[in-house]
Amino acid sequence: MRPTMSDPSAATPNSSATPGVDAAVELGLTPAEYALIVEKMGREPNEVELAVFSLLWSEHCSYKHSKKLLGTLPTTGPKVVMGPGENAGAVDVGHGLAIAFKVESHNHPSAVEPFQGAATGVGGILRDIFAIGARPIAVLDSLRFGEPTSERSRYLLDGAVQGIGHYGNSIGVPNIGGEVYFEHPYEQNCLVNAMALGMAETDRMIRSAAAGIGNVVVLFGASTGRDGIGGASVLASAEFGEDDPDKRPTVQVGDPFEESKLLECSLELLERELLVSLQDLGAAGLTSSSAEMASKGEVGVDLDMSKVPLREPGMAPWEIMISESQERMLCVVEPAQVDAVLTVCEKWEVHGTAIGSVTDTGHLRVFDGDELVGDMPVPALVDDCPLYDLEPAKPEGGAPTIYDAPAATLDHDVSDPGVTLLALLGSPNIASRKPLFQQYDCLVQSRTVRRPEQADAAVLMLPRGGAIAVSIDGNGRRVAADPYRGTMENVLECAANLACAGAEPLGLTNCLNFGNPEKPHIAWQLTESIRGLGEACRALDAPVVGGNVSLYNESAGGPIYPTPVVGLVGELPDPAYAGRSGFAREGDTIALVGPFAPFLPGSELSKLRGEPLPDGLEHVDLEGAKAAHAAVRDAVRAGAIASAHDIAEGGLLVAVAEAALFGGLGATLQLPLDDFADPDRLLFGESPGRGFIVSGDAAALEALRERTPVTVLGTVGGDALSVDTGATSFAVTLAELREAHGALAPLFP
Amino acid sequence: MKFGVLQFPGSCDERDAVDACARVGEAELLWHRDPDLKGVDAVVVPGGFSYGDYLRAGAIARFSPAMESVIAFADAGGPVLGICNGFQVLCEAGLLPGALLRNVSLRFHCEQIGVEVVNADTAWTRAASPGERLSIPTKHGEGRFYAPNLDELEANGQVVFRYAPGENPNGSERDVAGVCNLQRNVVGLMPHPEHAVDTLTGSTDGLKLFASAVAAIATH
Repeated sequence: MRPTMSDPSAATPNSSATPGVDAAVELGLTPAEYALIVEKMGREPNEVELAVFSLLWSEHCSYKHSKKLLGTLPTTGPKVVMGPGENAGAVDVGHGLAIAFKVESHNHPSAVEPFQGAATGVGGILRDIFAIGARPIAVLDSLRFGEPTSERSRYLLDGAVQGIGHYGNSIGVPNIGGEVYFEHPYEQNCLVNAMALGMAETDRMIRSAAAGIGNVVVLFGASTGRDGIGGASVLASAEFGEDDPDKRPTVQVGDPFEESKLLECSLELLERELLVSLQDLGAAGLTSSSAEMASKGEVGVDLDMSKVPLREPGMAPWEIMISESQERMLCVVEPAQVDAVLTVCEKWEVHGTAIGSVTDTGHLRVFDGDELVGDMPVPALVDDCPLYDLEPAKPEGGAPTIYDAPAATLDHDVSDPGVTLLALLGSPNIASRKPLFQQYDCLVQSRTVRRPEQADAAVLMLPRGGAIAVSIDGNGRRVAADPYRGTMENVLECAANLACAGAEPLGLTNCLNFGNPEKPHIAWQLTESIRGLGEACRALDAPVVGGNVSLYNESAGGPIYPTPVVGLVGELPDPAYAGRSGFAREGDTIALVGPFAPFLPGSELSKLRGEPLPDGLEHVDLEGAKAAHAAVRDAVRAGAIASAHDIAEGGLLVAVAEAALFGGLGATLQLPLDDFADPDRLLFGESPGRGFIVSGDAAALEALRERTPVTVLGTVGGDALSVDTGATSFAVTLAELREAHGALAPLFP
Repeated sequence: MKFGVLQFPGSCDERDAVDACARVGEAELLWHRDPDLKGVDAVVVPGGFSYGDYLRAGAIARFSPAMESVIAFADAGGPVLGICNGFQVLCEAGLLPGALLRNVSLRFHCEQIGVEVVNADTAWTRAASPGERLSIPTKHGEGRFYAPNLDELEANGQVVFRYAPGENPNGSERDVAGVCNLQRNVVGLMPHPEHAVDTLTGSTDGLKLFASAVAAIATH
C-alpha cells in the first residue's frame, strides 16, 4: 500500500533516487555535514530531502558560524515582550501596546538586481512584523555602496532607492529614516539592510509554534513559482564569483499590492482570533517556515505539494518546497475554523489553500498527492546542523593590512578650515540625503512627528500617549579600524541620536554584515565586534531583541568593511517635546556637550585625505557617554533646550554647520584653538556618540554642567557660519554651506 | 454630518482620511465591493495604490460597485473629494476633467509644500480664502495634471489649487494641483490635506477642506 497523508505509518518515501554526496557539496554542504545528515536520517536523503537539508543547514538559515557568538548578547530586560527567535522582537511601550521591530539584510540579491533585491528586502521585513500580529508602522534603511564615482555604484544606489520606495510607498508604510555610506570595499558587495517597526496590542501578539495535532496548515498569499529558487539562502551563503549575472533568476520578484492584501488579510485573521499560529515565508520558502513552526511546537507537519497553487505548471515537489516566491504566509488553523479563514482570504482576494496538517510524528513529511516524497525528522533539520567555532586571529598590523587606503580627494595641505568644511559637507558620506529620502513617503499613517533632517532620530507619536524614536546606524570604516571599539561607538552614536530626540533606548536590533567567517581575520572582526556590541548594550540597558547575520560579503577584491548595523527604538513621554537638530532661535547660546574627545585617525577627513585606516581606535568612555546622553535627553524632554545634534562624521564644525542648515540660521563661534597643536583635530576630529551641539538659553546649557562637560562655543544668528579661532577667523555663508551639502542631487537626475 | 471614506485593495491613506474627517464630523470606511454608501453626507476617495495602480493609476478602482454609487451621489450634487490616488480615480471615472501623468522627474516625490487656493467657492474650499496659502504634504509619482482644455478649465473656475511658485513637485502645467467639476461639488487634488490636520505632524491647514464640506452640507 502506498503511504498517504492520512497514514501515520508511512516511513520511507517512494522516491528512492539519492543524489549523493557530490550533489550535496554542490548545494553548499560539506562532506562531513552530508555524513551527519545520513546518520540522522538513517539513510541517504533523496532529492527533496537533500534540497530541504541544504537550505536549512545553510549559513543563512542555521547561523552555524555565528550562533555561539550571538548567545553572548544581552537579550532580556523589563520592557522585552518578545526576544530573539521569533519573527521579530518586541518591546512594551505601555498602555497595552508593544512595538515590534527587526532589521534584516538583502545584500546579495540587491547586488545582483538592486531594484527587486531592495524591494523584496522591504517586503520580507514587513512580513516578519505582521507575522507576529503587529501592523507595520515604519521602515528604515541602511545602505552601503562603492564610491559614487563608480558607475556600478550609482546604478546600484539608484535601483535600491527606487526599489525601497516602490515597495514601502505602495504599501502605505512610511519610510522615516536611514543612512547611506560610500566606501570602496562595498564596490562589489553592496549592503541593503531594511528595518521595520510594527505596533500591536501586547496581549494579541502571536507566535509561530505549530500546535494541535490534527490542525490544518493553510498557505495563503501569492501563488508559488520558480522565482527565487535558492535565492536568499543560496546567495547569502557564499562569496560572489564572476558568474553573478547567472544568478539573476534566483532573485525574488516583489509585488507590494499582493503584500498589502496579505497584510490586511493576516491582521483580520488575527483580529477575528481564527489562527493558532502564523509564520511568513522568507528565505527557503515553505521549507524553513514549516520546519521552524514544527520545531518550535515540537510536532510534525505533513504538506501536500499537489495542493499548492502554482504560478507555472510542471514544478517538481522539491522546487515547490524551496521556492522563494514572495508575499506568502503559512498558518495553523483548527479544522472548524478553516472555512472562516478561507472566507477572509476571499474577501481580500488572496489565495488561501489548506495544504497540510499538524501531526504527532515529529517529522516534516512532504507529499505529492498520495505519494510520500520526503520524510525528515524535524530536530535533524532545525537543531542538528553543526555549529562551528570560529578561529579568530588579528592580522599582524591590523586593518591597514586588510584594506587599501581610500583614494585621496582632498589635498593634505589645505589649511583653510572653511575650505575643509565645504569639502566635508559635500563629501558623499556627509552630504544631505534629501535626494534619497524625498523618494520615500515619510508621513503616511499620520504618526510622524519628526521627519528626516528635522531631528537626529525619527519620532512617531503613539495612539494612547507618548512617542517612540528610532534610529539606524553603522560605521563600517571605524569598525574595520577597531572592531571592538568601533562597534561600541556605533551603538553609542545610535543612542546619541535617540537622546537628541529626547528618547531613552528600549531595545536594539542588529544586522551583522561581514565577510567570510571561515577566514581568521574575518572571524576576528566578527568576534570582537559582537564583544563590543554586547558591552555597549549592557552599558546602555538596551537588550538585543532580534537581528540578522549576513556573512560572506566578499569577492575577489576582498571583504567589505565589517558593518554591524544597529537599530534602536526608544521612548519619550510627550511628542510635543520631541527634540530638533536645527538651530531654532536667533541669540541662543551654542555649546559643546559631553565627553567629546576628538581624533583624526579613522575620521571622514582622514578618508578624504586618503590616509590608511589606523590599527585601533582610542578608548571609548561608555559611562561618560551614557551620562551625557541622559543629560541631553532630560533637557530635551523638559523643553529646556532648543536643539540638540550629535557630532558624528566630519566632527564638530560639520555638526554645527548641519544644525545651521537644518534650522536655517547661522552661527558665530569662538573656538580657543590655541590649546591644540593640530586645529584640524578639534574642528574635524571624531568621537562618535560622545559629543553634542546643543543650543538654547545660556542658563539651561550651564545647568547641564552638573552632569556632563559643557563648553560654550558661540551664538545662533545671521546667515553665515563665522568662526574666530583667536589666531585666525573665517566665515562661510549658509548659501555656500547649502550648495556644498546638496552634492548628492546629481546622482538622481 | 457623516463622511464616508472608500477603501479599495491597495488603499494606503484611508485610515488617515477617516481620522481627519473625524476631527470635524463623523466618518466611516466604505468597502469597495459594497454599493451602499450608508447614507453618508460626503465621500472621500483616499490616496494609495488602489489595485496596485496596475494598468494605470485609478483605472481599475473606478469600476468598483462603490464607485458606481459615488458617481450617482456626485451627479446628485453630493460633495466628493479625491486625494492623490482618489483624484486619479475620479478623473478615470469622468467625474473630473483631465488626467494625471508621471512626474517630470519620473520619480516619486514626498515633500511638505505650499498650496494656493485659487477657487474658494467649491464644496471643499469654502472655509478658505482665495489666494490663501496652505502648508500640505505631497507624495506621488504620477501627479502631473494634464488637460487639453486647460484654458477652458481656468475660465470656468475649475482650477481649485495651484502649487506655490517654485514648489511644483511634478511639473504640472501652470502649477495646477487640484481641480473641480463644473458644479463644484467634486474636487480632486494631489496634495494630502488629511496629512495636515495636526500641529504635531506638521500643519493643520488641511482641516480647511474637511471643514468646508461640513459648511457646504449645513447650507445645502
